[in-house]
Amino acid sequence: MSTSRRWLVTASPHLGSPESTQRIMWSVIGSIVPICVAGIYFFGPSALLVLLAAVLGALVTERVFGKRGTLGDGSAVITGLLLGLTLPAGIPLWMAFVGSAFGIGFGKVIFGGLGQNPFNPALLGRAFLQAAFPAALTTWPTNTGADGTVFSHFRLDRLGEWAALRGDNFALPFMRPEVVDTTTSATPLGIAKFQGLEEVQKSGIEMSDLLLGSTGGCIGETAGVLILLCGGYLVLRNHMNWRIPVSIFVAVALLSGVFQLVDADKFSGPLTMLFSGGLMLGAVFMATDMVTSPVTHKGCWIFGIGIGALVVVIRYWGGLSEGVQYAILLMNAMVPFINRVTQPRVFGTRVQKVRVTA
Amino acid sequence: MFGTLKMHLGRFRHGVHPPEHKALTSHLPVRRLPFPDEIVLPVRQHAGKPARPIVKPGDRVERGDMVAAADGWVSVPIHASAAGTVTDVGLWPHQDGSYETAVRIAVDPNSAQAPRARLIPAWEGLAPKAIVEAVRHGGVVGLGGAAFPTHVKLSPPEDKPLDAIVINGCECEPYLTTDHRMMVDYPDRVHHGIRIMMRVLGVDRVLVGIEKNKPDAIERMRETAPKDLDVEILPLRVRYPQGAEKMLVEAVLAREVPSGGLPMDVGVIVQNVGSVASIAEIFETGLPLIERVVTVTGRGVKKPANLIVPVGTKIRDLLEACGGLTDDAREVVSGGPMMGAAIANFDAPVMKGTTGIVVLRDVDCEERTQMPCIRCGHCLDACPVFLNPQVLGKFAMNSRYDEMADDHHVWDCMLCGCCSYVCPSHIPLSQLFAASRTALRKSKATA
Repeated sequence: MSTSRRWLVTASPHLGSPESTQRIMWSVIGSIVPICVAGIYFFGPSALLVLLAAVLGALVTERVFGKRGTLGDGSAVITGLLLGLTLPAGIPLWMAFVGSAFGIGFGKVIFGGLGQNPFNPALLGRAFLQAAFPAALTTWPTNTGADGTVFSHFRLDRLGEWAALRGDNFALPFMRPEVVDTTTSATPLGIAKFQGLEEVQKSGIEMSDLLLGSTGGCIGETAGVLILLCGGYLVLRNHMNWRIPVSIFVAVALLSGVFQLVDADKFSGPLTMLFSGGLMLGAVFMATDMVTSPVTHKGCWIFGIGIGALVVVIRYWGGLSEGVQYAILLMNAMVPFINRVTQPRVFGTRVQKVRVTA
Repeated sequence: MFGTLKMHLGRFRHGVHPPEHKALTSHLPVRRLPFPDEIVLPVRQHAGKPARPIVKPGDRVERGDMVAAADGWVSVPIHASAAGTVTDVGLWPHQDGSYETAVRIAVDPNSAQAPRARLIPAWEGLAPKAIVEAVRHGGVVGLGGAAFPTHVKLSPPEDKPLDAIVINGCECEPYLTTDHRMMVDYPDRVHHGIRIMMRVLGVDRVLVGIEKNKPDAIERMRETAPKDLDVEILPLRVRYPQGAEKMLVEAVLAREVPSGGLPMDVGVIVQNVGSVASIAEIFETGLPLIERVVTVTGRGVKKPANLIVPVGTKIRDLLEACGGLTDDAREVVSGGPMMGAAIANFDAPVMKGTTGIVVLRDVDCEERTQMPCIRCGHCLDACPVFLNPQVLGKFAMNSRYDEMADDHHVWDCMLCGCCSYVCPSHIPLSQLFAASRTALRKSKATA
């Protein structure tokens, strides 16, 4: 035993769990990939292009404006992917790029980078795009061909239709996009909002379409069941607080259930509410962002119920057909307050009566 | 009664479950370490006031002779753990990295190391007060790590009635098997110690909490339990830090020790199995506390072992007796890896509170880069006393110590390290809290 050896002298604990922030980030990315694949399956190469443009925008901004060496933590990739998934496939690529650049730049880097941002950067980027380019963000390509039948179920004879772009993806910045010969449709929520619930039934959209994803909508928000499976994986790995999506689902289901009982002709029911629009993606992947959600379990319940209630209110009475992004952003702003009022009760501060019989 | 109406839960809330690594030594019976050439006895090796040396260089001491006297009530005497000659009373490296007054004894190679005639009387005929006095003169302290003087624990104030003794056999720290082997190899001694404690405290109910990862210890303790005493052996869920006395009282009695209080505030006294056994040992052998069981383990030491070690044996000698270190040994820790302190100087001796020496290799302590907090909340789920380490850590990094104390209960932190253990961003939270408390103490002292 030589004394000349250099011994390590560190503070306890001398053991650490194998968990790391990088691992959490990359496992979130891993769980998003299947949703991206589904998006490409439904919306063709356009979806892939939009996703790539959004990720590129996030990475470039993080590299140029962020701190050195933060690309490897994977958080910028998550922001890019999540933003891409909330865009329609036909959107010009430069918009996707600008949206995620805005999200990273003004949503994250400006606050000091990873862990410092109050708002979900991907949603902030999307809110910016929605305000700047409302038309582009509400033009939903469908996965039906010109004859109105679904072609996305891997039929070789319709491969050409699948491979066609769903919009003028390559439009130059600030130029009017060319009108591309593709089918677009309103989303189920949009139809319900602006044309009335009976029109939804007439449009032939079935519940199974909503569950499995073959409806109009954004790239990654249509396949509800798949999103739930991917979220379940993250919960099992303890990389997601299940209380947030569960409380959102419960709040939305209960509230919309009550309103359906009041007037079934005017208000959509719980299942439609849960599986349409961005609710699944938002509840499972956006609201659960660790940085912008409460740290206490009680806080997560309050946070989730707040989001669920806001979603229902915005969808029923707001000017938009879709309310998830604003619901989450509003509740993000509440997080510091929620954290403060839900501090855990410190051990030994309970007023207790122990009668000692000695 | 509140505690007994509720069934014991067998668990506390929160905490972590690190890999146990106990298989290295859990099967090895305790064996005796030969006497080293030199013994070094620091005067500060217990909680409370350091002892005062009463020998001078050149003095001849026999095994069991007092070399330093207790200084006040919360202090204990220190005894020679081997016969020999005092060579020096002066500064010597201490396990905590500082230097401390210590009595150095050159061990007499020709001595038979035979104990003197009974220094501690038999306990059976003694009144409780006299037993406590004997324990005090025997220099007995808690052997679980904190080294709190046992005679103080055995003298609860009149206004704190007790109705239960909780014996701590959890040994929740990874690697360590000291208490485990004590229960397997010397269960009768543990029960003997329990009997003495019951007599002294006048308490007729004893609960022994043992984690379920020690089935042989649970079985041995059950087999040997005396029929005439109310001693209940309770298997507990394996969870760190169950051996913390507040957590253990919660697990076995469902009583919550008040913040800033002691178990006796809820009618309980907690004693570690090793400490209980050492109470019995001084009456059995007639010698004061001069040796203890130490686990030398970790994959960085060639022959891990559970050893009876004379207090004052240098860590260097101890490691050499265990076959020396491997080439990739990197860090030597005194105590368990969760709360133990890294040793910088192997000349520092084993003390009464040294539970084990864990040698970690390069791969066991890889450097980890710190990342920003991502507010995942895992530290809140781990903290056994329900603090908010996330907020505390943020305040500590900004030197906002007063807020930590006033609004966030930093003094309730046990420095158990659960938050640091789970943090995916590898923020050294418990180290930050320890540093904050030092800063708070300093500012209070200068104010």
